[in-house]
Amino acid sequence: MNITGLKPAGGCGGGCSSKKIGNESGAEMHRRDLMKSGAALATVTLAPGVTLMAMGSGVAAAPANPDTRWGLLIDAGKCPSDCSACVTACSDEHGWENNGLDTDPQWIRKVTVRNKTTGWENTMPVMCQHCEDPPCVDVCPTGASFKRADGIVLVDRHTCIGCRYCMMACPFKARSLVHEPVTDQKVATPRGSGTVEGCNMCVHKLDRGDGTTACVEACNATGNNAMIFGDMNDPESDISKALASYPSIELRADLGLNLGVRYQNI
Amino acid sequence: MERIIYRELKSTPQVWGLLALLGAFVAAAGAVVLYIEHYGHVVTGMNNQIVWGLPHVFAIFLIVAASGALNVASIGSVFGKVAYKPMARVSALLAIALLVGGLAVLVLDLGRPDRLIVTMTHFNFKSIFTWNILLYTGFMAIVAVYIYTQMQRGLPAYAVKVAGLAAFVWRLILTTGTGSIFGWLVAREAYDSAVMAPLFIVMSFVTGMAIFLLVVMGITTMTGRDFGAQLRTRLARLLAIFIAAVLYFTAVQHLTNMYAAEHWGVETFILRDGGIYTILFWGVQVLIGGLIPMAILFTPKLVKQARMVILASSLVIIGGFAQLYVIVVGGQAYPLDIFPGYEISSSFSDGVINAYTPNILEVILGFGGVALALAIVIIGTKFLRILPNSLSDANVSAKS
Repeated sequence: MNITGLKPAGGCGGGCSSKKIGNESGAEMHRRDLMKSGAALATVTLAPGVTLMAMGSGVAAAPANPDTRWGLLIDAGKCPSDCSACVTACSDEHGWENNGLDTDPQWIRKVTVRNKTTGWENTMPVMCQHCEDPPCVDVCPTGASFKRADGIVLVDRHTCIGCRYCMMACPFKARSLVHEPVTDQKVATPRGSGTVEGCNMCVHKLDRGDGTTACVEACNATGNNAMIFGDMNDPESDISKALASYPSIELRADLGLNLGVRYQNI
Repeated sequence: MERIIYRELKSTPQVWGLLALLGAFVAAAGAVVLYIEHYGHVVTGMNNQIVWGLPHVFAIFLIVAASGALNVASIGSVFGKVAYKPMARVSALLAIALLVGGLAVLVLDLGRPDRLIVTMTHFNFKSIFTWNILLYTGFMAIVAVYIYTQMQRGLPAYAVKVAGLAAFVWRLILTTGTGSIFGWLVAREAYDSAVMAPLFIVMSFVTGMAIFLLVVMGITTMTGRDFGAQLRTRLARLLAIFIAAVLYFTAVQHLTNMYAAEHWGVETFILRDGGIYTILFWGVQVLIGGLIPMAILFTPKLVKQARMVILASSLVIIGGFAQLYVIVVGGQAYPLDIFPGYEISSSFSDGVINAYTPNILEVILGFGGVALALAIVIIGTKFLRILPNSLSDANVSAKS
């Protein structure tokens, strides 16, 4: 129960209508903050038992911060070809399964690249690149494909009609259609047959303050430390420092999409 | 000029039998939709690599043909050719019918067809899909008004002309929008080209005219009405010119793409190494659907024969369908170049030619849309004064 009347900023894994809050202006945010504090005050007066829930929802209802740009830096040089811990972690976290069928969704996958002329080979994970100017958002007829104020590109599964135009438009094949009814869903990641989905940068973890994603946690747990997650707008963050210190690239940089995922040592 | 008398089709066993047959196709498609809705798209041949399949080829074919079916009406109303005016009503009705059939297939193939209403409550005006929703519904409304202005007595003569001009301009914009669905896809090498819009417009001229010829010849034969040989031959000659235009724009499309080294891969795939797509391109689209019917229709002796016009129109429809199959499915079969300069592989079919075999459900759904369009034409001509008693050659030489 959310007695403040505010929708969470994205704690539902992009499945809820968090866009309005994620994109709202500063003025609107102040107004909502005022409403929120008013609601909390009212509940204290009315019933102490409800107050606890109001405070809990207040955390989840924090709007996406437009000053933040969440990003990932992947060092392909540290990504062993026989490791897929990030893929397994994502699958476990969000409840999607790849059983080897063309119809199975894959939010993240390990890609092997081989230089055509030199034969140099390497592997690295590829997922939604969380573009600043996402083609999937441009083409979506209902606005179900949207970008939060903090740069995370999501699908609102309440308004996705399953037209798959975003899948046609995505340069990175980052989106999947759920081809069959899903059962035993994860609470934080609602999914639905006939709708499109993709990496949501573990938005539920970020909104509850974890400050990282399942894939990065798993990568660090292996000791490979091939992935750095953080705020690309914060010059003091690990990702910003790494990006400033070493050369990195964006996939399909020619498209000028300014990606939230960067790669090193491809 | 001979006086034109429009009459509803008579209630004959042929008319009702045809409607029953078309109804059976529509019902089968309805059952397929419920089946897919229940089990998900896993029961179709489409997957996460080929996300748009045969239903989209059917849908886009019908939508493109819809605007082309309006050709004859436009030539009559906008360009003032008197000989074409008696066919304007059926031309406009056919345009609406084909659009409804195509849209039905398109929306019923959505992952969530039950959410169709969302497309009318949530708009993203940066999406050409959103614009198309407005263009398609607007087209139906404008053409309906256009038919009304033709059927309603007492309206000033300019009413038809204004409505006809509006419909003509709207249909050009509409097909530009349909072509831009692909033309604006920057990520895929097979698309991402401004030529898609004019290409789709000339494709609409061809397929729309071919379907118009077959439908009018079919209905007039079935109901024993006259369809003058001179009139038919005129339309057939026009069809030949339209075929030449499609071949020209197709050549421009591929030559432009081939000039950039980065596109050699996809062009080599479609034009030489693509297996079924290469066969469909050269064999069905260019030869069977282009050069052969064009040769038939440019041959003075052959173009005058009804059978040859039927043959050529049928070939054109098959060729147009193949062309869209190559564009829609072939364009997706070629892998995305996520890492230019590298060969790539993964568990998600990166770097490989994507396989797709349409299954029977998609075929039934597609033909359901065709049947729906034809049923609307039959019902329209059965209950409204759409088709003249006679489409004789009496007005062919008349000037505007």
